[in-house]
Amino acid sequence: MPHATLLLNALSPGDTATITGLHGVHGLARQRLLEMGLMQGVRIRFVRRAPLGDPIEVRLMGYSLMLRDNVAGGISVLREGTK
Amino acid sequence: MKPAGKTPEKVRHAALVGNPNSGKTTLFNALTGLRHKVANYPGVTVEKKEGRLDLPGGQEITLFDLPGTYSMHPQSPDEFLATEIMLGMSAHTPPPDLVVCAVDATNLERNLYLVTQLIDCHIPVVVALTMVDLARQQGTTVDARTLSRLLGCAVIPVVAHRGEGLDALREAVLNVAPPNGHALPWKLPEELQKEWDRVRDQLRDTYHLSVPAASHEATALLISPELIAQRVDRYDPAFVEQLRKNVQKLDFLGIDRQTAFVESRYAWIRDAVARTVHSPDRVRPSLTDRIDRIVTHRVWGFIIFLAIMALMFQSIFSWAIVPMEWIAGGFEALGQTIGGALPPGDLRDLLVDGALAGVAAVVTFLPQIMFLFFFLGLLEDSGYMARAAFIMDKLMSKVGLHGKSFIPLLGSFACAIPGIMATRTIENPKDRLATILVAPLMSCSARLPVYSLLIAAFIPSTMLFGIVSIQGLTLLSMYLFGMVMALLMAWLFKKTLLRGAPPLFIMELPAYKVPSLKTVLLQVWERALAFLKTAGTIILGVSILLWALASYPKLGDGASNADQLEHSYAGKAGQSIEPLIRPLGFDWKIGIGLISSLLQREAFVSAMATIYNVQSEDGTESELTLQEAMKLDRDPATGELTFTLLTAICLMVYYVLAMQCLSTVAIVRRETNGWKWPAFQIAYMTALAYGVTFLVYRGGLLLGWGT
Ligand SMILES: Nc1nc2c(ncn2[C@@H]2O[C@H](COP(=O)(O)OP(=O)(O)OP(=O)(O)O)[C@@H](O)[C@H]2O)c(=O)[nH]1
Ligand SMILES: [Mg+2]
Repeated sequence: MPHATLLLNALSPGDTATITGLHGVHGLARQRLLEMGLMQGVRIRFVRRAPLGDPIEVRLMGYSLMLRDNVAGGISVLREGTK
Repeated sequence: MKPAGKTPEKVRHAALVGNPNSGKTTLFNALTGLRHKVANYPGVTVEKKEGRLDLPGGQEITLFDLPGTYSMHPQSPDEFLATEIMLGMSAHTPPPDLVVCAVDATNLERNLYLVTQLIDCHIPVVVALTMVDLARQQGTTVDARTLSRLLGCAVIPVVAHRGEGLDALREAVLNVAPPNGHALPWKLPEELQKEWDRVRDQLRDTYHLSVPAASHEATALLISPELIAQRVDRYDPAFVEQLRKNVQKLDFLGIDRQTAFVESRYAWIRDAVARTVHSPDRVRPSLTDRIDRIVTHRVWGFIIFLAIMALMFQSIFSWAIVPMEWIAGGFEALGQTIGGALPPGDLRDLLVDGALAGVAAVVTFLPQIMFLFFFLGLLEDSGYMARAAFIMDKLMSKVGLHGKSFIPLLGSFACAIPGIMATRTIENPKDRLATILVAPLMSCSARLPVYSLLIAAFIPSTMLFGIVSIQGLTLLSMYLFGMVMALLMAWLFKKTLLRGAPPLFIMELPAYKVPSLKTVLLQVWERALAFLKTAGTIILGVSILLWALASYPKLGDGASNADQLEHSYAGKAGQSIEPLIRPLGFDWKIGIGLISSLLQREAFVSAMATIYNVQSEDGTESELTLQEAMKLDRDPATGELTFTLLTAICLMVYYVLAMQCLSTVAIVRRETNGWKWPAFQIAYMTALAYGVTFLVYRGGLLLGWGT
């Protein structure tokens, strides 16, 4: 199933996806994520999890960002494939 | 600030802004000839720095280097400061006539976001395209001319550390175009645009805000109408009412205001980037990625972290020894020269036993401090700091903080003052305060001389498994002990005084770079100078004072020097606090050291040097090193050793935990705006130091380590 709507934290390392919305993130975190480019339609890659499972590293627009699992769990994505 | 459409008469103040880690300070240093701190992680600069910029034609202007910010909607104290200044709303900084915005060419899309906000606010801007050398290496080119046309402002590629593009940048600053007042090139939904224009005009005309401030405030009010509630006393009820109604209408139309402001800009940016950036189709897995596979590996990650620390402390011990011996030898020769040139008497004793011995004892540790800063500099400029935050975030979340707090804590290994300053990048005030409160528990470089002296004297220099020295290991354990205590106390504070929601953690991971030797050595040099300055001022003063207090009142001629010390003012002072510190295993001589180091902890070392010099019989001082003198010293009354292995360990534990730093107290007062928190900090750290040292001493006695 190459196309599936998931939450960002459900992806596995190497997965690429397109963001479909920030439905579960609010307030300042939402503002900051938007400003850093996490918007609908943006392609994002799940790079890795930290050694203890949290936070996760994602890559978008050519840069890397770390965010915690609970924030990533508020971002819905459409999975495209794995590299 | 000038209204839109008018030429700035003369540029006098310019501010350097941009995303965190985009190369602002590197550019600032290149333009002004200053040497402020540069490193490869976001959040290095947290204060405003000021410098002089020479423009072509002989004009001179003031340039401000500011903390990095991703947007003009700040969330942390450093971002607030930057935004306030660029909007010309700071009480302490004149409004800038233009801003130079550093834009990272390898990360153009996200970096341009701030530029669009600046243009929205009608702030005259010159874009400095940084990191073009890195972009080139990746095969990416940016068409600066087209970008300049699209943005409507100058775009100058620079490679600051090599001096490329600086003249063009100066030229662009001189000829900066006034904001043209044209409609924005990016499109908001029509109703939102109308409302934004209306609010902005009213703020400008009725409330007399400058154009940048009005534009910015209009955006802020429309993004988060909850701000209105905070500002009811600033705006009259009719304005507030109208805004509320219009916001409701926008919501009813299904316009997500927060998203619309961001998306409209990014839509425009995406198009601009597509037209100006040419990059290779396939990017191979970057070096950064390959390194991170190991450095953030489940098992290797922590092993590497510990190995880096262990290597750092071992090398501090083994490699620094040779230059330390040179320095010690130099001072000894100097002491003998002065001693030989002067007749015996108080003046000679003052110079040789007091001033010189005290200062020498501390300055001897200079090589170790330089090694420490060299290693920290490598970590900071390579990009490892952000990885440390990544690895440690989970652990930090257990104590209620997040990975960003780990960077100030690691920075406190150098010195608590920059560490405490670095907490300005933390968004949540309670988290920030908790980090400030525990930062001085991280062992700073001023503790290094104390640990080193005690370790060299009392810990055997045996090797474990042939490679790991017990001395290096002891030093490492002191650092780890301080770190564990800092985390424990942070946990306690976050559970009690500073309870709050779990913090958000969103942080950029910069690509690795080969650390610049010049940058690192410059840091080492600056810190070495600061260390020498302390030695030449405070330590010198304390040593002279202590010598005097230890040499007077003079007993008669027959008295031995040991008697003399015991009955001196200093001896009396030490004896008067002895009842207090006896439970920790410390006698009055150590008491003198503790008193001396109340305001500056490394003064302990100089105090010991002075005391043992005063005490030694003339003619023998050059034969016994300070370590030997400390090892052999016995209480004249009881015949007990002043220092045992246990005493040394207890002393180190005490120095890990006690505050003993006036400058830290001062900076905490400044950063928390009052005496409440520094007073609390002194109290809890003193109690902690006393309590834990007591327990260690008692435990050690039970285990029979006391002899
Ligand atoms: N290759 C290359 N490296 C650069 C350039 N400019 C800056 N750097 C490096 O990028 C890193 C960040 O530089 P800084 O000047 O500290 O960045 P900053 O924008 O002041 O960062 P903050 O103060 O944290 O916001 C450092 O490691 C610099 O050596 C450049 O033009 N080319
Ligand atoms: Mg900087």
